[in-house]
Amino acid sequence: MSVPAGLRYAKSHEWAKLDGARVRVGLSAFAVAEIKDVVFVDLPAAGTAARGGQSFGAIETVKAAFDLYAPVSGTVHAVNGALAGSPETVTRDPYGEGWMIEIEAANPEEAAKAFAGLLDEAAYAAHCTAQKH
Amino acid sequence: MDATTINLRHTPLAEWHRAHGAKLVGFAGWEMPVMYSGIVEEHMAVRERAGLFDVSHMGRLDVRGAGAEAFLQRVLTNDLARIAPGQGQYTLALNEAGGVLDDLIVFRRADGYLVVMNAGNREKIMGHFRAHADGASVELVDRSADLAMIALQGLKAPALLAALTPATAALPRSAMAEFAIAGETMLVSRTGYTGEDGFELYPPSARAVAVWDALLAAGKGLPAVSCGLGARDGLRLEAGYSLYGHEIDEETSPWEAGLGWAVRPEKGNFIGREALLELKAKGPRKQQVAFTCAGPGIPRKDQALTDGNQEVGIVVSGTFSPCLKLGIGIGYVRGGGEVPAGLGVVVRGRALPVVRSKLPFYRSPGLAGGHP
Repeated sequence: MSVPAGLRYAKSHEWAKLDGARVRVGLSAFAVAEIKDVVFVDLPAAGTAARGGQSFGAIETVKAAFDLYAPVSGTVHAVNGALAGSPETVTRDPYGEGWMIEIEAANPEEAAKAFAGLLDEAAYAAHCTAQKH
Repeated sequence: MDATTINLRHTPLAEWHRAHGAKLVGFAGWEMPVMYSGIVEEHMAVRERAGLFDVSHMGRLDVRGAGAEAFLQRVLTNDLARIAPGQGQYTLALNEAGGVLDDLIVFRRADGYLVVMNAGNREKIMGHFRAHADGASVELVDRSADLAMIALQGLKAPALLAALTPATAALPRSAMAEFAIAGETMLVSRTGYTGEDGFELYPPSARAVAVWDALLAAGKGLPAVSCGLGARDGLRLEAGYSLYGHEIDEETSPWEAGLGWAVRPEKGNFIGREALLELKAKGPRKQQVAFTCAGPGIPRKDQALTDGNQEVGIVVSGTFSPCLKLGIGIGYVRGGGEVPAGLGVVVRGRALPVVRSKLPFYRSPGLAGGHP
């Protein structure tokens, strides 16, 4: 699986991709590899407020539900509606078709500031290694 | 290794599970496989073919002696007089207040009884039995360590076991007998917890791995799949079977749990009988409801049931049903009155509408009705 460059990560395993004032959000390959049998991705409607560090939805497997946390604050600008019909896409293509929502921050500066506060790839890899042991 | 895996007990198959990529979890003090390939894949393998489960964590107890039958009649709710040697019976053990201590299967043998109990209630039941057994006429022998327990379950399980030992095909439902399987003589019962036909095998612990391997190798063309506790829980819920700590506990009466058929007050006195009859006269304190979810979303244990205005009960089991392809659950609505219409389950702050369902959620073509 190819991991796109320039992503940042939350400790709770969401990835974030910055594009101006907007941040696209999904779940990392490390997290989806730990989660099998995804049956439902519960996402908010567009226009909903998202708050950094707070739950915006959940991913449900046969066995359990896992909360999803917003890496930045703002308004939900877009939602990946395709996941309603094929939730397993999250596992198959976590950085591509498996994206979940786009959050629009108040302005590009706020988006950039929140984004910079997330883990870079090396720090996230170290975080995952620590979690495995 | 994290702290939660320290001091867990291990079944004779623990090394096999580890070597074959099982995801291991702590369950009732035991390190057990929760899944191998994936819960849905294992679940469907049982529904369509066959699956193999290590259930050695359950408790196995021999009850022997001249006073064995009278003793069991006193600590269990079902009537042993209704079963002949070689037959098994689903039954309950109650406390003095009529609460359920455990649900168990008892097999009548030529020379005594074999009682199978839940892993999580093992110490409690062993202690309860010892406290009530008259040592002079009743002998209690814990067989949990020297016997393993393997469940072979599924639509094709009878064909698969018959390929190794043809005589097993004639074993009636709920019955137990000795068979030679993979060169080892062992007890085998035609019982299970999946809603499919199948068997539970009780090989000597030292032979558990050899028997497990033989069962996996037996299904040429339709191999059995090794399954974990994740699939086992989904299968039992689709089949509508109670799980201790969920549908049944010390605060739930057998009637409230829909298990009144396993209670025979007419057989004479037993522990909890008086309290139970009082409870029955007063009427139920809660009512069990089974339901499917009308939309996407999956009910989980401890979520609230709502009538749209207020909380009216609680979910005790919930999962995604691989056969129905939607969320299914069992809960209790408080009080003895009519269950409100428009019931919903509160998932992440939102009420998810549910449709009441009859049990079982799924009925196997391989099993013509009948509980355990």
